[in-house]
Amino acid sequence: MQDLATAFATALGLVATADPAVTGILLLSLRVSLTAVALAALVGLPLGALLAVARFPGRRAVLVTLNALMGLPPVVAGLLIYLLLSRAGPLGPLGLLFTPTAMVIAQAVLIAPILAALSRQVLEGLWEEYAEQLRSFGAGPWRAVPTLLWDGRFALLTVLLAGFGRAAAEVGAVMIVGGNIEGFTRVMTTAIALETSKGDLPLALALGLMLMAIVLAVNALAQGLRDAAAGSAG
Amino acid sequence: MPILRRTLLLLAAFLAWAGTATAQERSITVASTTSTEQSGLFGHILPLFTQATGIAVRVVALGTGQALDVGRRGDADVVFVHDRAAEERFVAEGFGGPRRHVMYNDFVIIGPAADPARIAGLRDSTAALQRIAAARALFVSRGDRSGTHAAELRLWQQAGIDPVAGRGQWYREIGQGMGPALNSAAAQDAYLLADRGTWLSFRNRQTLKILVEGDARLFNQYGVMLVNPQRHPGVKAAEGQRFIDWLVSPAGQAAIAAYKIDGEQLFFPNADKPEPGA
Amino acid sequence: MRLPDSILPLLVEGLCYRAGAVEILRDVGFTLEAGGPSLVIGPNGAGKSVLLRLLHGLLAPSAGRIHWGAPEGNVPVARRQAMLFQRPVLLRRSVLANAAYPLRLAGLGRAEAAARAREGLALVGLEGLAERPARRLSGGEQQRLALARAAALQPEVLFLDEPCANLDPAATRAVEEIVATLAARGTKIVMTTHDLGQARRLAAEVLFLHQGRLLEQAPAEAFFAGPATAEARAFLRGELLW
Repeated sequence: MQDLATAFATALGLVATADPAVTGILLLSLRVSLTAVALAALVGLPLGALLAVARFPGRRAVLVTLNALMGLPPVVAGLLIYLLLSRAGPLGPLGLLFTPTAMVIAQAVLIAPILAALSRQVLEGLWEEYAEQLRSFGAGPWRAVPTLLWDGRFALLTVLLAGFGRAAAEVGAVMIVGGNIEGFTRVMTTAIALETSKGDLPLALALGLMLMAIVLAVNALAQGLRDAAAGSAG
Repeated sequence: MPILRRTLLLLAAFLAWAGTATAQERSITVASTTSTEQSGLFGHILPLFTQATGIAVRVVALGTGQALDVGRRGDADVVFVHDRAAEERFVAEGFGGPRRHVMYNDFVIIGPAADPARIAGLRDSTAALQRIAAARALFVSRGDRSGTHAAELRLWQQAGIDPVAGRGQWYREIGQGMGPALNSAAAQDAYLLADRGTWLSFRNRQTLKILVEGDARLFNQYGVMLVNPQRHPGVKAAEGQRFIDWLVSPAGQAAIAAYKIDGEQLFFPNADKPEPGA
Repeated sequence: MRLPDSILPLLVEGLCYRAGAVEILRDVGFTLEAGGPSLVIGPNGAGKSVLLRLLHGLLAPSAGRIHWGAPEGNVPVARRQAMLFQRPVLLRRSVLANAAYPLRLAGLGRAEAAARAREGLALVGLEGLAERPARRLSGGEQQRLALARAAALQPEVLFLDEPCANLDPAATRAVEEIVATLAARGTKIVMTTHDLGQARRLAAEVLFLHQGRLLEQAPAEAFFAGPATAEARAFLRGELLW
């Protein structure tokens, strides 16, 4: 109990003093995870929409694979990206290992399957409703994809938030490809892991509370946006 | 709809900002050990180096074995670790070097205040391990090919004990860094071998304390090597070499000596003396 | 936009449709000429909805053929027809955006599509609700929007599948008035209904469908005055359940 109280006090202190080191870590967390979500969305959402409308041999296998990839352990994703980006690996000359860009890539790889699988599920219901009408308008599956993405935008926002939550919370992948370098690739989760290993449990917990507050704030912002927009577009 | 559109624009602007790489100052990547980073040594000496040279140092803190692997793959420019045998292998295999010895501190045997194996006050670290094994008292091992792990295994060997026989019972390999090992030992009142620097900066001690120290066999030497730029053309050889030269220079050695926690010096520079046991 | 060549008449021969082992339409043949509304009536399960979907091209026939009057490949037949469903399928967008959507699909520019969509909305009396979310409209308004959306395409043939089945009398009347207006403008109406009153009000021609077969095709006046088949007589007397 003592530790919990200390953690809350420490968290408040960090917020109140706007500790520059902590602020930097927080901003990097946001920057990396939001960029990763955007990148993953660029691939994952259209893929999900296409899987919702397209019928082709092997579709079931693709869906099963995608669902399985939702459980991809972050460490494994991190390791794959590490081997790709390592100077001894195929993308080594880019010099991206141990940079925020590498962390963005790893998180994007981690959450793209989640975005694809969840958006497929969300948009399939919408497609069932729209399919006949869109075909009557002469819209084939390819043309239906942007329509579904736009009309499913509010449900997809929830999908994106799920992806963001996963990205912001994971530590395994960013630790491996980012290296937890102070002032450069240290994000909230790796900082929490570091403080835990230094035995400063109250500080680790305080950082954890701040991370949760940030994720909560992003969710609230998105929800508010959704409500405001839904009021005008139904 | 206008709200959504405006927000999307804002988001796009944010992403544009987020996507831009941080200003590429001159920098090197150093693969080092958790003990040097977590003890706060780097936080103290690196700004001095950067100030003197304009080169930023990015430290990836791992166990010694992992840090050497990162060097083998060419993913760091400099490796700064503490396992002489492994370092000499690294150099012999042509992955980097030459090796320079930089500083030392020592290992300590930590245990619960209750001390069920009754080792407190012993000078002989192997005798302490023998008592722990005889008492089948819980012992946490790093189990991660780190420098500390290597040192621990050497000590068991010198004590004539194969701890692996107690694996899963009293001998617990956790495969993690020094900090997690200390947390683990603190949580189950176990013994363990730790480097003094990490111990001094460790906060979650519970009843743990130093029980054995000062044995010559607990000596812990740190060495530094440039990763071989012939093997990995991406290695920033010039900048990396400057860092190594600075570490062994009077300025670097003085910076190391000046780092203290609660008035206690953590690392002892010895680049200008012959390496003990050499 | 309206092309000079008409896609009518529509010639249907030996049309069959099977779903698994169930035969839904059997050997249906008829010709639809330009002119007043053709109403497809018959009891529930007669195959009315399936027939409309086959004609519109949403289903593929198991046998038989559907032949549009326009020479093959000369006129984009699909672009010259539209269809309204029993439950209007509205996009999660504004009323105007819904009406403009198929026009944009057809390749019209943003401004032109919006202008034509507004004309469609004016036709059904929804111009005042253009910016409202479509799915917040009442049931009757939703069906009128679907009508506006179809009308904005300026189809030569408009299929309507029980468009008033879920509507109250006032909304039904509004839809019927719009359909009559479109018919008067020269749009060929092909509509199913199980509402005999509605059929009497709108039909110029009746196609009577029973158990998957076309039993009668006759001018509305003649059909209602004296149907040729016993099934149609029973249907008109209300003896056939629907």
